[in-house]
Amino acid sequence: MYPPPFEYVAPDTIEEALALIAQYGEDAKVLSGGMSLIPLMKLRFASPAVIVDINRIQGMDYITEEAGGLRIGGLTRYRTLVRSDLLKARYMCMASCGPQVADPLVRNRGTLVGSLCHADPQGDWGACMLAMNGSIVARSTTGTREIPIDQFIVGPFQNSLNPGEMGVEVKVPSQGERSFGQYLKLERKVGDFATAGVAVSIGWTGGSISHAGIALTGVASANIRASGAEAALMGGSLNQGTIAEAARQAAGACDPKTDHRGSSEYKREIIRVYTERALSAAAGLRAA
Amino acid sequence: MQVKQVSVTVNGETYTTEIEPRLLLTHFIREVLGLTGTHMGCDTTSCGCCTVLLDGLPIKSCTYFAVMADGHEVMTVEGMALASELHPVQQGFHEEHGLQCGFCTPGMMIVSKALLDENPNPTEDEIRWALSGNLCRCTGYQNIVKAVKWAAHKINSEPAAYRR
Repeated sequence: MYPPPFEYVAPDTIEEALALIAQYGEDAKVLSGGMSLIPLMKLRFASPAVIVDINRIQGMDYITEEAGGLRIGGLTRYRTLVRSDLLKARYMCMASCGPQVADPLVRNRGTLVGSLCHADPQGDWGACMLAMNGSIVARSTTGTREIPIDQFIVGPFQNSLNPGEMGVEVKVPSQGERSFGQYLKLERKVGDFATAGVAVSIGWTGGSISHAGIALTGVASANIRASGAEAALMGGSLNQGTIAEAARQAAGACDPKTDHRGSSEYKREIIRVYTERALSAAAGLRAA
Repeated sequence: MQVKQVSVTVNGETYTTEIEPRLLLTHFIREVLGLTGTHMGCDTTSCGCCTVLLDGLPIKSCTYFAVMADGHEVMTVEGMALASELHPVQQGFHEEHGLQCGFCTPGMMIVSKALLDENPNPTEDEIRWALSGNLCRCTGYQNIVKAVKWAAHKINSEPAAYRR
């Protein structure tokens, strides 16, 4: 399948890329991994007039930890995330999510920032970032701003970037003195989109829960935060009662559609069970 | 219609040619270069039949514009064989009957080569994970996994000949 013709530009620096997307505005689309954009173009759901290929820009592929937080570059691919010991140690929700996104070949190309910008309701990274309170750094020729993930994903396949802006980095704050994270995903087969998914990231500072992040995949028109479930845990501890209540809240927060992957009721129950499982795993770690 | 000049190294040979930016890498390899070992299967990033190595890493060439490969190195199944013999992975697929119709085989072998380049002694689990982006409708995968194990054994028994 051939996409419609487009003009192709491949800048060598971020500044050049920003100038190009400022010049072309909504006619331009940024190409990083291309794992969503290229299929969309082939199916002609998207037909940008200009493709700005940022893959030649040096210095955008990094994972660094500083001042208790994580910074991930705009060209950091899933492959790199999956192999990161830093994520396994302190940003476990991401480490757990990585190997479940698509398949190894797609993970060799796909980028975290690109996936978040695509804002697929069934995307795994969006839930992960919600659970971890991540944010996206957006740059344009006129400045830089940091957009919390809650304000970045605004609907199905919709982000809050302005025309002329490009996502250049993801930031993830420290999850606490001690932390646990897990992403549980039900898929029909390896590489499929989530039937339903739950991202959990719990942090403890002192004796109590200082960060409770719970977010869902595939059960609403976008990745959603299960705020009620988070509130049920904040400042407290994990025990049978709080875990069951948080799981109930998470199931209540979703609005799944019945489709070929399962019925609405089924997906809601999966959310309840997976939330309970992830929180129980977190409680097990805390006890250890 | 925009036309871009690209120089792409495929199996060690550099090709400089003018192409349309929308030309997919699979079509570039098959139709411009005439290397038909790389197969177009699903055309939707699902099956992995079109897998090639880009700078040593396996990618689905149906989901990559050829123009992006300008200045990069591509290896297709035609580039796998060594000077004097088939690559151990190719031998393994032969010895262990790792194919029936053969349509998925170029992708399977390219992915297996990339796996063994990175991890010459994979567990069965690691082999299955590495192949999880490639679909086969004939074999049930058993013999493909055996073929990769055969190749790993061959490489490990004669590391001087096969390790990069």
